Amino acid sequence: MQRAIALVDCNNFYVSCERLFQPRLEGKPVVVLSNNDGCVVSRSQEIKNLGVKMAMPWFQLKNLAKRHGIIALSSNYTLYADISNRVMRLLSQYSPDQEVYSIDESFLDLTGMDGISDLTEYAQTMRSTIKRCVGIPVCVGIAPSKTLAKLANHVAKKHKQFHGVCDFNAMSARVLDNLLARIEVGEVWGVGRRSTERLQQMGINTALELKFSPAKRVRAEFGVVMERIVAELNGEACLELDEVTPPRQQIICSRSFGMPVTLLEDLEQAVIAYASRAAEKLRDQQSLAGGIQVYIRTSPHKKEAQQYQQAILLPLFEPTDDTRLLCRTALSALRQIYRSGFEYQKAGVMLTEIIAVSARPRTLFEDVAAQQKSTALMSTLDSINRRMGSGTLQLLGEGVSKNWSMRRGNKSQRYTTEWNELAVATTSTTP
Amino acid sequence: MQHSIYPGSQRTTHGLLSLTHPNKELFHRQRAMLRSVVPAGFPSPADDYVEQRTSLDEHLIQHRESTFFMRVAGNSMNGLGIYDGDLLVVDRALPATHGCVVIAVLDGEFTVKQFLHTPEGQILRAAHLDYPDTLIKPEQDFSVWGVVSWNVHKL
Repeated sequence: MQRAIALVDCNNFYVSCERLFQPRLEGKPVVVLSNNDGCVVSRSQEIKNLGVKMAMPWFQLKNLAKRHGIIALSSNYTLYADISNRVMRLLSQYSPDQEVYSIDESFLDLTGMDGISDLTEYAQTMRSTIKRCVGIPVCVGIAPSKTLAKLANHVAKKHKQFHGVCDFNAMSARVLDNLLARIEVGEVWGVGRRSTERLQQMGINTALELKFSPAKRVRAEFGVVMERIVAELNGEACLELDEVTPPRQQIICSRSFGMPVTLLEDLEQAVIAYASRAAEKLRDQQSLAGGIQVYIRTSPHKKEAQQYQQAILLPLFEPTDDTRLLCRTALSALRQIYRSGFEYQKAGVMLTEIIAVSARPRTLFEDVAAQQKSTALMSTLDSINRRMGSGTLQLLGEGVSKNWSMRRGNKSQRYTTEWNELAVATTSTTP
Repeated sequence: MQHSIYPGSQRTTHGLLSLTHPNKELFHRQRAMLRSVVPAGFPSPADDYVEQRTSLDEHLIQHRESTFFMRVAGNSMNGLGIYDGDLLVVDRALPATHGCVVIAVLDGEFTVKQFLHTPEGQILRAAHLDYPDTLIKPEQDFSVWGVVSWNVHKL
């Protein structure tokens, strides 16, 4: 039986979330900016039509923005995460096998679904249900492999005549190849910028040319990953759906500051905040960390300023998930790499050597009572923050004023997760 | 113990609540409190009848993924018992039938109104004598955002 893998992808996801609760943004050119209002991370169709590329820095756009009345919003990840969860849970009703691939993409295995003869129609029901129930427009690509499903989705988005659903399985080989011939090789899932350049040097410019490239040569030049991509382009499913995301092997918490930071104590606050957040993520996935890395750097974009960056990895005495211990270690790491006289722009904390709590190694000198006390304290901390909102209870070292905290000039309300930020409906329309 | 019942609680085969709590020690303490143990070691005859406590979420929310809350501003829906500051439960999955109360988007703004299908066209009606009906004109930017299924009003 032919495999049928669907990739469902939300259109302009962050912008669509914002429009759901601010309908007046409909039809207007809207961008959502990254943390710290740095660069473009989501674009409305109007913005794409203006030729604005993804990841473009906001300051380069300011003139264009003035001319076209571009509305720029700070990212509101709390809202996007809730809307994403709703979309993903609705999608899970359409297939027994789902892989949530990113905040706005999900693979569904539609192979051999009982009683469904027309997958295009099935996908259209899926689209209209999500639009109606959650208000988010999506496109669906269907194909025998994940790599092709990605491309089918790309086609569904690009070409209006597909009405948002493109099923490669329902096409003749000739029609499919015609489509692939019009897709640049860099668009293929897993083909990075560097490989794109090398492929082009070999005369492989389109998805179709990659599909028919000699397997042996590709393997010799690029290794098995590219060989697998070629097989996938030929309709052979090499990548299975990952139904559960495995616990992360590294947890990173890093952010750019709202303004340059020079003082050690401000950096200390930031590092404690990031270490606390990372520790929370660690406990969420019921793991322990064996090492912690801290890094700081100045802004590489400020060419005239003195540059400095440094990272250090410190091992922990024994694997732990205790915020206090992780923060203490992070602080001593920071003090070892901090140099005064620089304008720091970013700091980060990374937890490494992550193991499951159940795999905690027994040591001769371990203090079981202290461990239990720590576990109890941490779970109290987590449950209070879960119930009362994140950041309710924190280590004092994080600081209360947070000079360094992110710039989010134009963030919308958390319409679905905060009682005092709900959308408001007026009863009277101005007569 | 205030936080003994978590949203993820489930009935187990013993008729006890199973608490999804990361902390084992706390879990066992809570469990001990739920199950009334008599000194002789016989469990209470009521243990088999412990059930999930009634929840307002369950009562008010028919479709979890398509339900949103909104706040009311203004008094022109008072006639239908919807007051300034009330909490609306809005379900996007329900069809906007004649006579139901909807969240409409009119010229880019949210408004809560009764929705009527008439021979003249679609009408948004307030529940207050001072406010006339709004007949939707074809050139107007109009859509139904969701259907109001409940109003939560503080007494």
